[in-house]
Amino acid sequence: MQDKQDLTKLFEKQARKVSAVVERVADFQEAFVYTADLCSDKQACELLAPGCEAALSEKGQNLCSHKPPKIIAAPGLDGQAADKLNRICRQKGIKLLTKGLRGYLAGIDAGFTFADYGIAETGTLVMNAGSEEIRLATMISEIHVAVLPVTGLVATAADLEDELESMFGKTPNYTAFITGASRSGDIEQVLALGVHGPLELHILLMESNSCKTPVI
Amino acid sequence: MQNARNLKAYRKQIEEALEDKFQRKALDKFALSYRASRDEAFSGLDFDCLVADIVRLKDNALAQLDVLYTRFKQNAEKMGVHVHLARTASQANRMIAKIAKDNDVKRIVKSKSMTTEETLLNPYLESRGMQVTETDLGEWIIQLRAEGPSHMVIPAIHLSRFQVADLFTKVTGKKQDAQIQRLVKVARRQLRSKFAEADMGITGANFVLADTGTIGILTNEGNARLVTTLPRVHVALVGVEKLVPSLADALKIIKILPRNTIGQHICSYVTWITGPNACGAAADNRKIMHVILLDNGRLKLARDPDFVQALRCVRCGACANVCPVYRMVGGHTYGHIYIGAIGLILTYFFHGREKARNLVQNCINCGACKEICSAGIDLPQLIKAVHVRVMDKQGHPIQNVLLGKLLSNRKLFHGLLKAAAKAQKPFTGGAPYLRHLPMIVSKEHNFRRLPAIAPKAFRDMWHQLKPQVKKPVLRISLFSGCAQDFIYPEQLTAAVGVLASRRVAVDFPMEQSCCGLPVEMMGQIEAARHVAARNVLAMTKNMPDHIVSLCASCVSHFTHAYPRLLADNSELAKKAHMLAEKVIPFSVLINDMLSMDDFKSSDAPMPVTFHAPCHLCRGLNVKNAPKKLIVKAGLDFRPAQEEQTCCGFGGTYSSKFPAISAQILDKKLDDAVRTSARQLVTECPGCILQLRGGAIQRGIDLRVIHLSEMLWEIEHKRQTQFHNSPD
Repeated sequence: MQDKQDLTKLFEKQARKVSAVVERVADFQEAFVYTADLCSDKQACELLAPGCEAALSEKGQNLCSHKPPKIIAAPGLDGQAADKLNRICRQKGIKLLTKGLRGYLAGIDAGFTFADYGIAETGTLVMNAGSEEIRLATMISEIHVAVLPVTGLVATAADLEDELESMFGKTPNYTAFITGASRSGDIEQVLALGVHGPLELHILLMESNSCKTPVI
Repeated sequence: MQNARNLKAYRKQIEEALEDKFQRKALDKFALSYRASRDEAFSGLDFDCLVADIVRLKDNALAQLDVLYTRFKQNAEKMGVHVHLARTASQANRMIAKIAKDNDVKRIVKSKSMTTEETLLNPYLESRGMQVTETDLGEWIIQLRAEGPSHMVIPAIHLSRFQVADLFTKVTGKKQDAQIQRLVKVARRQLRSKFAEADMGITGANFVLADTGTIGILTNEGNARLVTTLPRVHVALVGVEKLVPSLADALKIIKILPRNTIGQHICSYVTWITGPNACGAAADNRKIMHVILLDNGRLKLARDPDFVQALRCVRCGACANVCPVYRMVGGHTYGHIYIGAIGLILTYFFHGREKARNLVQNCINCGACKEICSAGIDLPQLIKAVHVRVMDKQGHPIQNVLLGKLLSNRKLFHGLLKAAAKAQKPFTGGAPYLRHLPMIVSKEHNFRRLPAIAPKAFRDMWHQLKPQVKKPVLRISLFSGCAQDFIYPEQLTAAVGVLASRRVAVDFPMEQSCCGLPVEMMGQIEAARHVAARNVLAMTKNMPDHIVSLCASCVSHFTHAYPRLLADNSELAKKAHMLAEKVIPFSVLINDMLSMDDFKSSDAPMPVTFHAPCHLCRGLNVKNAPKKLIVKAGLDFRPAQEEQTCCGFGGTYSSKFPAISAQILDKKLDDAVRTSARQLVTECPGCILQLRGGAIQRGIDLRVIHLSEMLWEIEHKRQTQFHNSPD
């Protein structure tokens, strides 16, 4: 059994290799502040607004104008935690969404989610995303922030075989391995991030054991 | 797509592809960057071990596809997934159109799927009034251009940013700059609206897990997640060979697939879908999900012992990435829908003989694909075998039949070669290569100087040459191969000199004949068997310690083909195995088995580079012995970047596809010249014919010689100095 510290280091190294940002946070308060700061610092509808700066067809252009100023989607949060994040967001003039993400397909600034496991060998997040809202938060957000409990780290995917099969067993199930941001090399083999999904992936490693039901 | 009516028309397409400068540059760039990133991705892992895992698990799954299908169907249907088996491509298309109609579908988004390319699904659905949009960036680009993919994983690799910018200008109606990052954002925005509007999503799948009723999809862009999430209907069209028992199998494939595809440790997204998930666009918040498993010849193929291994393919595309021919001509010419070495084979089984018959002739048999295959498929052998099936059906060309007959009669064959040596005189004017091409050889071959047949064959010099070795350390039998026996006897003479100096007793069995590789390549299997039997008997008669050849192709053919060719005759098969065990290339004998301590050039170190013959470095996995000898000899070894890339000869290949052969040769010589070496050493007469011919034609200061000649020049000088020294 590999030491947790080594696993964490390896995970950080591999995730960074694929352009993910990895930070350590002590608790949810820190994670919320991190996400809100990230969202408020990001240049909406300039560099990160995907495509709006470029010449688009009328239809594509219309979607840009529909985009509200700043939005964080955090569909996985329970009432109390959502309230806490909402207070932080309000101070920064950010709108918090916990459902109804289909109404925002033109783009959300940041999505806040929880990962179940991390695979150190490849810097991969494992997320059980049966809820459509959570799935959308990880896909249509320009920045995806995922909290990963250090206790969920394993060395290789094979170490998760039992856990994954038990996830698949509770049907229906939609489980994702996420490694870095959405990427493509389809034009002249030049790496481009954010072709469909997030342009950035931020992973917040947390020592807490009870990430799914945060008590704040 | 292949629409060439005959080989001539196919050659014309090849010539056009060779003219595509952008594609050539793009594929060169990819060949080099791929090699580097792949090496990094596999560092610390045992590639052969990972391949062995895939072979085991795929063979196990392929042997029970019907059982796995039933198990998957039961498990998936329990959860409400509709599972179908489509016997043909058109049945699959009809099924999908019906699902669309039943669910009132007008707009469809797709994520990348080679299987839907195989069935030509898009035009079918479009002809029924549906709007279909590919959402993988590369697939979208080629869809807009109404082209097929030119690479299985990077479908638009043949296009430049300028072409994409022009295309996007048309699509958006606004001028787009040729800036890649911007173009990607334009695609993101344009396609997002397609996702939002779509009624149905179509995907392929990399895995179908029978035990849990799960499908697994790999993407980098994440588009498959949107395709399977946003629309209310999801249809996955998957080749039935993607069935595996469980997640454990899929995880093993994931370990190798992205690494071998493009040098990534893992894809950005791996999506596992088990049952119809929640979907806000559906009436009852539940996705309508169909999985269609496509047969289209696969189930028959799974029962074909000669070809079942082709179904192990996990579609990594690596066979194209390393193919020297693909690198020159690109995917539109090197495949029909499936591309690369596996594409040549699958085209025959999925799309029929007509589409495959020209393609399967375009394999240079360098073995690069076999070495890199994720699933351990013997691709060159299968391509050859498909070619034989094609010829068995439509008739073997008369020149192949004649050569087969000729080779089956050693005396006639050798007599003819000797007669040719005299007949060519007017063309060579005494030079050791053909100055003017005789009429039998077409002008196209003039890209390199062809050697002349030697005035006296090695076999006719042997009784004078044979050295008397006292107290030999080893006894070997020398196999010459026709090229060295009749064209380059000096390479053998040099080897005999070196061997005598190391106290190796050499025998040259006179009954030996051509190894038979050329006739096997032409599909003349009976003739290949005939010469194999002759050589097995001739070479094993005196029970030498080793059987040695200076031709890597002959040794490789002995090792891999003879036991297979002679398997039906138990006596010959036993001897064939013995031969296969005893045969070694010249460099291995010298480097691994003999002392070379006193062996060193006394001259200033000459800069030397090395070309690794395909049949040596891959066919026999001998990668270091010749290079060690260059270093041991005290020469200034200059490694070449493309050391292991094929020289473009490929035996009969260079006369069938001279335009490609010439281009490969050209790049190879450029690579050698970059090392600033004065000598290019190799260990195969075929490579020498190609490389020396090219160097002479270009008029460059690069002497191309066989390893035996390099060693003999040093040894001969040493002996002369020794005899002349005053002591």
